[in-house]
Amino acid sequence: MSILLDRESRVIVQGITGRMARFHTKDMIKYGTNVVGGVVPGKGGETVEGVPVFNTVKEAVAATGADASLVFVPPPFAADSIMEAADAGIRYCVCITDGIPAQDMIRVKRYMYRYPKDKRMVLTGPNCAGTISPGKALLGIMPGHIYLPGHVGIIGRSGTLGYEAAAQLKERGIGVSTSVGIGGDPINGSSFRDILERFEQDEDTHVIAMIGEIGGPQEAEAAAFISDHITKPVIAYVAGLTAPKGRTMGHAGAIISAFGESASEKVEILSAAGVTVAENPAVIGETIARVMEAA
Amino acid sequence: MDIHEYQAKEILANFGVDVPPGGLAYSPEQAAYRARELGGDKWIVKAQVHAGGRGKAGGVKLCDSENDMYEACDAMFGRKLVTHQTGPEGKGIYRVYVESAVQIDREIYLGFVLDRSSQRVMIVASSEGGMEIEEISEQRPDSIVRSIVEPAVGLQEFQAREIAFKLGLEAGLVQHMVRTLQGCYAAFSELDATMVEINPLVITGDNRVLALDAKMSFDDNALFRHPQIAELRDKSQEDPRESRAADRGLSYVGLDGNIGCIVNGAGLAMATMDTIKLAGGEPANFLDIGGGASPERVAKAFRLVLSDQNVQAILVNIFAGINRCDWVAEGVVLALKELDIDIPVVVRLAGTNVEEGQKILAQSGLPIIRATTLMEAAERAVGAWQNDLTQATRMMALK
Repeated sequence: MSILLDRESRVIVQGITGRMARFHTKDMIKYGTNVVGGVVPGKGGETVEGVPVFNTVKEAVAATGADASLVFVPPPFAADSIMEAADAGIRYCVCITDGIPAQDMIRVKRYMYRYPKDKRMVLTGPNCAGTISPGKALLGIMPGHIYLPGHVGIIGRSGTLGYEAAAQLKERGIGVSTSVGIGGDPINGSSFRDILERFEQDEDTHVIAMIGEIGGPQEAEAAAFISDHITKPVIAYVAGLTAPKGRTMGHAGAIISAFGESASEKVEILSAAGVTVAENPAVIGETIARVMEAA
Repeated sequence: MDIHEYQAKEILANFGVDVPPGGLAYSPEQAAYRARELGGDKWIVKAQVHAGGRGKAGGVKLCDSENDMYEACDAMFGRKLVTHQTGPEGKGIYRVYVESAVQIDREIYLGFVLDRSSQRVMIVASSEGGMEIEEISEQRPDSIVRSIVEPAVGLQEFQAREIAFKLGLEAGLVQHMVRTLQGCYAAFSELDATMVEINPLVITGDNRVLALDAKMSFDDNALFRHPQIAELRDKSQEDPRESRAADRGLSYVGLDGNIGCIVNGAGLAMATMDTIKLAGGEPANFLDIGGGASPERVAKAFRLVLSDQNVQAILVNIFAGINRCDWVAEGVVLALKELDIDIPVVVRLAGTNVEEGQKILAQSGLPIIRATTLMEAAERAVGAWQNDLTQATRMMALK
């Protein structure tokens, strides 16, 4: 069993008729993901990459038994699509869309609280590369071939930096249980803490790697959670040691605006919580390998 | 996106926040005229730049005659104002705002921010206005009042009242304060702001609650639904390279070093900068070319990076998922042929179509330095730059 996603997950793609969505739907099917349909209002009845398109998520769920969704909808409509998925009974949703207004995400988060915890959809992203359980299923846009199946759980805010880490692991023959992109936005569906909690419960995951960056309180919150609740070894890398204060570095959420939000402060806080910190991005794989040997 | 103080005040006034009477001027003559128009015998003139700390930097002056106003403005216009927030290059003064001076009894700090922990809007207030919030939280942390707004119902009156009483306002002023707080919250949520700051919010001698300064920032991702806000963008306050990059769909931040970076993905771009530093160099910029980059977009990125005179070597680092290494390689070749580049260029490609990309680079016959890992790429870029420098020094010595 892997967290969030496995071979049995029944996936729909919201916004499936767009160019990028079609391309990645094809890629996901090729990887072995069980894609059962798509949703685009007004395009119900069409077929994309051999799967049926529905007008609403509820219709898609009723017809296919879908329980996971990938949102590829443009920023002005993405929040609405996430709420639609939550309301239709989807269990796990990944939102790829970059550029969703922050206040739309505040509304999404607020809306999701109307469901009791055991009925509440899990959201990761937006502005992420997705989630992959290597050898089982891929719900996102990452190149599947750079991940080997294995026992490292990866949580990262950045897509391409996550690829870098996975490639360094593959080079050493080390595999990944699940890699989860939580995204680069200031307000996101799941935090480091939320995913750490899942990896702690997951038998397939033996060590956890966190790839953070400047900005926001989530790395510090994760550090506190790790000291109190995580028994598995945790490795971290934090990007942006050379980033200036007060400037947004590409990701809407990557801005140092308060104490504890710079890379060096986060490194300090994580180290104090017993996390093994990779000093630079070139040694992420090496550091994980070292910790695995010691464990 | 940031806007000017006078624009923020106009917006907030429309939401029921009281501000002193004032007028905008584009020249010293106009400023003097504004003073006459406003009447009275004391005015404040403030340089309109997108930065805090204007007072200490000489961007705010109290004037007591029209002549005084003219001279104060004459010294401001066309100058670069350097505050602790602008960086050493400063920001140009092209507009000033003239306001009637008011008699101040008390100064309050008031801020509205997106709180990333609670994932809601948070109000931060303090009875110690006038100082910056960083100073307040260091010197008088006990004076800070925080309140989080429930997004489903917005800011409730009781919450606003609580803040007013905690700030120690007398009962007669509480209703006015409630109106001010609710106005700010309405402006924040209706216009997709990311920050509203009034510092100071003052209680005047005649018992009014007035916003003496105002700052607003807006969510770039929401500007599509607020064209009237998008229009307030003032390019004279932005780094010209950054505005040019934004216009071309590239995400760029200029830095002080001399190794230019072209990377895909924000996290990897920051990691690349960090690795350059580790290898003994200094990055000249942050640049994320994004997903699905065409050869033309890569060539554009080269032009942008080279527009920085300090750049003495370029490092291209691409881990292609949604991108294609062959397109990036074509873009590198295109740029090198078009732009007559005489500084070292190091290229590291990984991921989708990497073999095709390497082949294009190898067959181009151009002096491209290739690398396979991130560390190797950074070391080669720093090494090539140092080598280039030594050679240049030697050449100079020979002459």
